[in-house]
Amino acid sequence: MGKESNLSETVFQMDNIRKSFGENNVLKDISVSVNKGEVVSIIGPSGSGKSTLLRCATFLETIDAGEIRYRDITAVTTTDGKAVYRSSADLQKAQRRFGLVFQQFNLFPHFSVLKNVMDAPVSVKKQSKEAAQAKAMELLRKMGLEDKADAYPGQLSGGQQQRVAIARALAMEPEILFFDEPTSALDPELTGEVLKVIRLLAEEKMTMVIVTHEMPFARMVSNRVVFMDGGVIVEEGDPEDVFGNPQQERTKQFLRNYQQ
Amino acid sequence: MSFSTMLSTMIPGMFRTCAIFFLTLLFALPLGLVVMLLRKSRFPVISGITKVFIAIMRGTPLMLQLLVWYFSPYYLFRLSISGYRFTAILLGFSLNYAAYFAEIYRAGIEAIPVGQYEAAQVLGYSKFQTFFKIILPQVIKTILPAITNEVITLVKDTSLAFSLAYSEVFSIAKQISSSQTSFTPFLIAGVFYFVANYLVAYAMERLEQAFKYYD
Repeated sequence: MGKESNLSETVFQMDNIRKSFGENNVLKDISVSVNKGEVVSIIGPSGSGKSTLLRCATFLETIDAGEIRYRDITAVTTTDGKAVYRSSADLQKAQRRFGLVFQQFNLFPHFSVLKNVMDAPVSVKKQSKEAAQAKAMELLRKMGLEDKADAYPGQLSGGQQQRVAIARALAMEPEILFFDEPTSALDPELTGEVLKVIRLLAEEKMTMVIVTHEMPFARMVSNRVVFMDGGVIVEEGDPEDVFGNPQQERTKQFLRNYQQ
Repeated sequence: MSFSTMLSTMIPGMFRTCAIFFLTLLFALPLGLVVMLLRKSRFPVISGITKVFIAIMRGTPLMLQLLVWYFSPYYLFRLSISGYRFTAILLGFSLNYAAYFAEIYRAGIEAIPVGQYEAAQVLGYSKFQTFFKIILPQVIKTILPAITNEVITLVKDTSLAFSLAYSEVFSIAKQISSSQTSFTPFLIAGVFYFVANYLVAYAMERLEQAFKYYD
């Protein structure tokens, strides 16, 4: 009991997800589940559906069919082949369970760094200002940005902005944190500082799903790697196996292209 | 008639001009927000009607609109309402400017990146909070220069109340000018409008400065 069973607790699950934009089938019957404390990296070529998968998981896109669950909260089910979303109250509850870090950061430019991090806990979770501020400062310290609390996002580098965005997501105390290509908008020099904080979170057993093009990072930080192509999961498993000894021809080809 | 007599005869007109100006802004700025929301309604009937309204407001002369508002109660319903003149002026100005403000607001809102809405949604902000806390403050910053343009135009447009024989500064200037065969009243009116607009431009610049705390 205790630790063992906690570790195998499923925090997030999506089953048989289908999503198309017009004629374009972006997700073809995809299932993913994530256990507590697990770090899952999703890799694959552009247009493979990995970002769409994340956007469906976070309700930024609606799925056509399938099921989405956050632990005990079911957000979407399917009847007669069509997705049925639960009431907005249920979706709101599910929304509290996850956080999302965007490729383009999407910080609120008119809020100071501190307000970016503490506003949602106050406005949405109705925490006291004092508690939210203390928590926000603690997170900013962890991100190495305590001296930037009074700055505005426009005054920060991309890497700093993305670390604020991570702090903002963490301030809502999500059970699972999604990253949508968190370093794709950054130059290589700034990528490192963002990857460092994600690694720190992984060491703290934060449950995370990371869509990324940073292969060495995915290999190092993840417990599991999912390789997607053409709207399906081609291969999935331990990072050493997927990267070191891929089974599928498509995976081998993709990784070969990447190393060149 | 001496210069100072002309000036003192025109001063009540300046106050009436200011009354049209400030009351129009008071009504048209929030009304424009309502028009913009109706324009963006997801019900095609509502957005369609609003589009037609905006097209008429922008597509016909304000002077003509003022005449319609002023005379329609009588021609349509044989009603004569005492003291209706000023109401007709405010109605005409407020609806006309609301249509222009609505389109400025809409342009400002459409310039906000979709990522702002998505970030707010994922963090759990309500639609109401998202609009008033996240979107609107950013919209105001981007549209201030366009609003300044409209407000300056409004200062000058107040002279159209002349067409309803409302004795604002321009009407009085015209009266004195004819009765005294003098050009001076127009110069006084010109200086008045210019100074008023200088103050408007200054105030709006200060407002823009106040929003420069972030980029």
